[in-house]
Amino acid sequence: MDSLYQLSILEAKEGIKKGSFSREELVKSVLSRIEEVEPKLNSFVSVNKEAVKDARKKDQEKEDKALSGIPVAIKEVLSTIDIKTTASSRVLENYYPAYDATVVAKLKENGAILIGKTNCDAFAFGASTENSGFGVSKNPYDLERVPGGSSGGSASAVAAGETIFALGTDTGGSIRQPASFCSITGLKPTYGACSRYGLLAMASSLDCPGPMTKTAEDAETVFNLIKGKDPKDATSVDFPEKKLQTGKIRIGLPKEYFSDGIDKEVKEAVLKAVKSFPEKDFEFTYVSLPNTGYAIEVYYIITPSEISSNMARYDGIRFGKERKYFEDEVKRRIMLGTYTLSAGYIDQFYLKASKVRRLITNDLENAFKKVDLIIGPVSPTPPFKIGEKTDDPLKMYLGDILTASANLAGIPGISVPCGFADKGLPIGMQIMGPRFSEELIFFVSKTFQTLTNWHKARPKI
Amino acid sequence: MELSKTIIGLEVHIELRTKSKMFCSCSADHFGVEPNTQTCPVCLGLPGALPVPNEKAIKDTIVIGLSLGSTIPKSTWFDRKNYFYPDLPKGYQISQYKNPLCVGGSLELDSGKKIGITRAHLEEDTAKLQHATISGEEVSLIDFNRSGVPLVEIVSEPVLSTSDEAKEYLEKLQQLVRYLGVSDADMEKGSMRCEPNVNIEIKESGKLYRTPITELKNINSFRFAKRAIDYEVQRQFEEFKEKREEMTPGNKQTRGWDETKGITVLQRQKEEAKDYRYFPEPDIPPIVWTDEDLKSFATRIKEIELPKEKRQRFLREYSLSDYQARILTDLKEQAEYYEASVRAGKEKGVSPLEIANVVINKRAGKDLSPEELVEFIAREKEIKEVPEEEINSLIEKYLEENPDIVRSFKEGKPQALGKIIGLVKKELGVIVSADKIASLIK
Repeated sequence: MDSLYQLSILEAKEGIKKGSFSREELVKSVLSRIEEVEPKLNSFVSVNKEAVKDARKKDQEKEDKALSGIPVAIKEVLSTIDIKTTASSRVLENYYPAYDATVVAKLKENGAILIGKTNCDAFAFGASTENSGFGVSKNPYDLERVPGGSSGGSASAVAAGETIFALGTDTGGSIRQPASFCSITGLKPTYGACSRYGLLAMASSLDCPGPMTKTAEDAETVFNLIKGKDPKDATSVDFPEKKLQTGKIRIGLPKEYFSDGIDKEVKEAVLKAVKSFPEKDFEFTYVSLPNTGYAIEVYYIITPSEISSNMARYDGIRFGKERKYFEDEVKRRIMLGTYTLSAGYIDQFYLKASKVRRLITNDLENAFKKVDLIIGPVSPTPPFKIGEKTDDPLKMYLGDILTASANLAGIPGISVPCGFADKGLPIGMQIMGPRFSEELIFFVSKTFQTLTNWHKARPKI
Repeated sequence: MELSKTIIGLEVHIELRTKSKMFCSCSADHFGVEPNTQTCPVCLGLPGALPVPNEKAIKDTIVIGLSLGSTIPKSTWFDRKNYFYPDLPKGYQISQYKNPLCVGGSLELDSGKKIGITRAHLEEDTAKLQHATISGEEVSLIDFNRSGVPLVEIVSEPVLSTSDEAKEYLEKLQQLVRYLGVSDADMEKGSMRCEPNVNIEIKESGKLYRTPITELKNINSFRFAKRAIDYEVQRQFEEFKEKREEMTPGNKQTRGWDETKGITVLQRQKEEAKDYRYFPEPDIPPIVWTDEDLKSFATRIKEIELPKEKRQRFLREYSLSDYQARILTDLKEQAEYYEASVRAGKEKGVSPLEIANVVINKRAGKDLSPEELVEFIAREKEIKEVPEEEINSLIEKYLEENPDIVRSFKEGKPQALGKIIGLVKKELGVIVSADKIASLIK
């Protein structure tokens, strides 16, 4: 049983339940996989050495919990008690949190075993992990290329079998884009559906923790365990119970998401994927999100503004290292945001961006009057080469064009694998819905994964 | 050249007496507590921690606002005030900028002058810095127990024109929040702090000049406030004579009051208004009050009798003088004690006026219950009906007849006098106090 690490949550749970293997064997399989591929991938900042002990204990106790003994990798911006949480920044190289993030605590309560902390762009600022203070992670489908970001380490770890599933965080696409780049499933939940308590804030009004998994079914399992109102997060909400709709599901294809700037292979793969849905249950129409083009401008004013304030606590006085250790992108965003909030500029930048943010939200709300969900690509291109965009931050920022809107509007979006480009590079399909439409999004994603096998592909590494 | 006007505005900070802090569940009662024992990730500003607003603190602030006649905007929110200081662990203070909880209102002085209130808003207190010398090394210590304690800032219009008015305003504001039961408002303990903003108008050859505004700090009593303002007025006048500098948007300065020297000392010369980069706090959803909420606030404030209302009712109901009503309503507890005594007095035929006299002149013992107080007055009245000389000569007679009692008393046993009290009561039907008997022992 040397490939236990390839299993989904559901398969692993079943295997443990049937007694086909123990939790310890599962954890050991994952750990040996890490040992095998980690030198090539650099998915992790740290690996939890206690994991085997944890698994053994759970085996002995015959623990009966939803995720008992299932290894999970946690993104470096999520606090883990007594386990180094660096945000992949040198500034926090030696920071050990005194508490668990709520989403981490919920997974632990459900029996999951923390296998390691995954690499990301420092403080989650980036789309490639190239901004990490601990080196870039590699795409398991092509080691010359990035795994995407900022939750790149979580994505490469899941894709390569270095964990059974992972948690990421998504502020402008940081779960969906790496999921797309590494051919896994990644959900950015409705803003407030999953607690942000313990998530090292990037842009507080957009940050969402969410699952990164091998299947849509797994994503649903994890989401249902971590969602819900947290008394420690005033912006979190109780997830309203809704009955799944009956009748045809109406899906909108935004014209702007298939425009000239989007890579031809990506467009084709998504449109082909759309065709695989049976006509008797699905109805497709084109919709328009006219303000899509402003998403990047708005996003890169709102987020740095909030970032400049959120970064102020990293002063190196009580914890962490001096500010000179901040990575370049961190410094860049602190400067940008300090400027856009300054007296005399706040009106023309931050406040104006807040108004356009409202327009982008209106676009989506209008679209959801006509359709139940929206489908489009996740990223304008397949995974790019390491170093390809590092000299041009603006080029890097433009990659968020198709994902940032969901964050600005607070709506959920998922990335599911939907094909490969000519060079064997993964392509993801994005499904977005109105706030709290996760159940429908999962239903459609699961349907897609019964109709196609893209999610079963594994990188040869 | 003459001083034509003094212009004073007051910024007052009041710590609310809530159980928990403003944004976390740590205890807010920090006075005299061992440093850094009431902290958590939230009030330490640790990475990932989030603020959850204290509902009680928000409602208490609104009650303060309503008692000042403020308008309560239907929608409000918290803002981040960004600045760096070691006592501010997040690098920003959660405060209110554009949309405070309470807008407008006024506080009336005894003269009838109404002091306009600009706004009252809610924010979090900072940690407390202590500068000390440990093993010969000068260090700054930070106590985070105070970090995150709810703090209400009440800003007056710059319409106070004397240091006495400023003092009265502060006393009235303190009385008000104590009446509301929302704060101790103790200047010495720091649960009430004030920063007067002072400048003066000078008249010379028919022209008016205004001096640069000074913000006064380090004031921890009302008396200091008055003295600091008085000093500052004089200082600004002298300085103007010498430098002739007028007020401009950029030349406000901060000065600290030095009580031992009796002077203000320059602390900060502000080049221009600081840029705090205020923006709406994204971690806390905006607050939108429903009509029911606003109604329930109005009901709560109606149920509270404010100092002025109480004073007027005392005048009306108990036929007291203005002076008496004022003294009796000065402290809410005192007023409540008085009224309980009035109720008890009804049955014993002791009038509100009689009670007022005893209470104000502190003639009775301090720890008497309202019933005991009435009893005391009733007895006192009985005594008065028998001529004083008659009582005195009777006491002297018994003292002569009982030298053992006198001896015991002199040996430090005042309880021995009880027998005399009994004898006098039996003979004359009045109760005399032990003190009275003692005064007759030569």
